[in-house]
Amino acid sequence: MAWFHKAKKPRARSDGRRSHIPEGLWIKCQGCGEVIYRKEVIRRAWICPKCSYHFHLSAAQRLEALLDDGHYDAFDASLASIDPLKFRDKKAYRDRLRDYQSRTGLGDAVICAEARLGGHPIVICAMEYAFMGGSMGSVVGEKITRAAERALAARVPLIVISTSGGARMQEGALSLMQMAKISAALARLHEAGVPFISILADPTTGGVTASYAMLGDVNIAEPGALIGFAGPRVIEQTIHQKLPPGFQRAEFLLEHGMVDMVVDRGTMRKTLIELLELLWFGPRYDEEPVA
Amino acid sequence: MSAAVPFEKPIVELEQKIEELAGLSDPALAEEIARLRGQLVELRRKIYSRLDPWQITQVARHPRRPYTLDYIEGLMEGWQELHGDRRFADDRSLLAGFAFFKGRPVAVIGHQKGRQTRQKIERNFGMPRPEGYRKALRVMQLAEKFGRPIIAFVDTPGAYPGLDAEERGQAEAIATNLREMARLRVPVVVTVTGEGGSGGALAIAVGNRINMLEFAIYSVISPEGCASILWRDAGKAEEMARALKLTARDLKELDVIDEVIEEPPGGAHSDAQSAISGLGQVLERQLGELATLGPEELVEQRYERFRRMGRFSEVL
Ligand SMILES: [Zn+2]
Repeated sequence: MAWFHKAKKPRARSDGRRSHIPEGLWIKCQGCGEVIYRKEVIRRAWICPKCSYHFHLSAAQRLEALLDDGHYDAFDASLASIDPLKFRDKKAYRDRLRDYQSRTGLGDAVICAEARLGGHPIVICAMEYAFMGGSMGSVVGEKITRAAERALAARVPLIVISTSGGARMQEGALSLMQMAKISAALARLHEAGVPFISILADPTTGGVTASYAMLGDVNIAEPGALIGFAGPRVIEQTIHQKLPPGFQRAEFLLEHGMVDMVVDRGTMRKTLIELLELLWFGPRYDEEPVA
Repeated sequence: MSAAVPFEKPIVELEQKIEELAGLSDPALAEEIARLRGQLVELRRKIYSRLDPWQITQVARHPRRPYTLDYIEGLMEGWQELHGDRRFADDRSLLAGFAFFKGRPVAVIGHQKGRQTRQKIERNFGMPRPEGYRKALRVMQLAEKFGRPIIAFVDTPGAYPGLDAEERGQAEAIATNLREMARLRVPVVVTVTGEGGSGGALAIAVGNRINMLEFAIYSVISPEGCASILWRDAGKAEEMARALKLTARDLKELDVIDEVIEEPPGGAHSDAQSAISGLGQVLERQLGELATLGPEELVEQRYERFRRMGRFSEVL
């Protein structure tokens, strides 16, 4: 399984990973608090053997784990924000960007790539939560739009793995507009009959959920992932009461019909390959099945 | 009457003085009243010509600002409101229906706020739930079916952030509108008349033309929300209102909107009638421009309009 490849794959920049998961022989689970042997966690695709907690992964780790031979060809990797509003809060946005860029080794909060899955060509995007909470500004919007346009031109399936706090405040309405831009590109993909699969990892909220993350032909959530439009804190402030346990978690969304399935990381690759066969690569009703 | 926004205090005081004098019905005061009226116009012009983004935010939320129903009443005839999303309920914070505009049938979509407490609650402060967005889409698709252009009025603090709204798929409802509005084969003209609050505004704002009234705002997050997240201090809202570039002029510069529609000196609420008819003229002209485009061209033009949204560099 591809999960084994990633340990062997040398990566130039491992500091992105460190920001998620500390290095060391032992690792503490954020789900149950148990201290677990690191290799055992890796062997289980970064799922806690005690409580099935899904550790946060970097975008690169996700792609390596999911794709054939852990290989992908990233495109538009050099796209970068120009701080169009000259935004500053406690810190200048420009400086924040530089920090996150050096910390993650990425230009912004998404990796877009061409790759193969089960031998089939696909276009895939994976968001990077460690880059400003996976927030979506002009760059994320442009890259995912280009990915959708690339999938359309090549007529290959598009997969987007979301993990994001939503639209990026520091680019104001420009971030908001990315929701419409990406959704319009997905409308074209939809009309052309090319599949789009959305994977929602922990957490996926705000403008990302309220645009492409909810627009999959199939929406797949990771177990326990927080998924919603408004954040839990905002909702509690609005209704002046505590939220019920499990609210806005993947299983809650499944129960309420918002996602098609909840799939753990161990079976994600297999599930995706099967879905792509069923929706796209398998024969149409008027074609002969290949023996 | 007290000032609804602090910087209007001198305006309101002068208005009261004029009213008082007029109430005396003394012909000898006519000249003085005329002089004060002239002064009032000047005062409004002076104050409103140098509003900062935070003051503009307050004007955008002004309780006497014209709302969607005021525009419908002022500009349309034969308004027939349609109700319900055919799934769950009718959302009173988002209006949808058909009317005649300059003799032509059009579809109208718009957020609706209330003025008195009871209306505010009925309209949920202009914050739709998923069924509102689904109703809007249903009516927009009816408009497409019958070749009617769509006029949208945007004025919402945002989509309702409640438990029930989440449960019924607020995110999915907004997302679906974004995708489906991109495909509509009829003209869509959008105007942000008051507050353009984030995804809850955008969900009815994917248009061929995007206008903003001069003192409207359009933002990814409210200045207060932004302040409490980035500073953990709502007191920083004023500063964030400046930082977010949420005014019509800023957004015209960033190419997020097409036109800034001037308001009467003193804001739309100071002279609702001319504000409403001013917008009416723009809508008529824009619908005329879009009438020359075929269905595919309309979809293409709208795609290109949104495709160029964003500012970035190709090199790191
Ligand atoms: Zn655990």
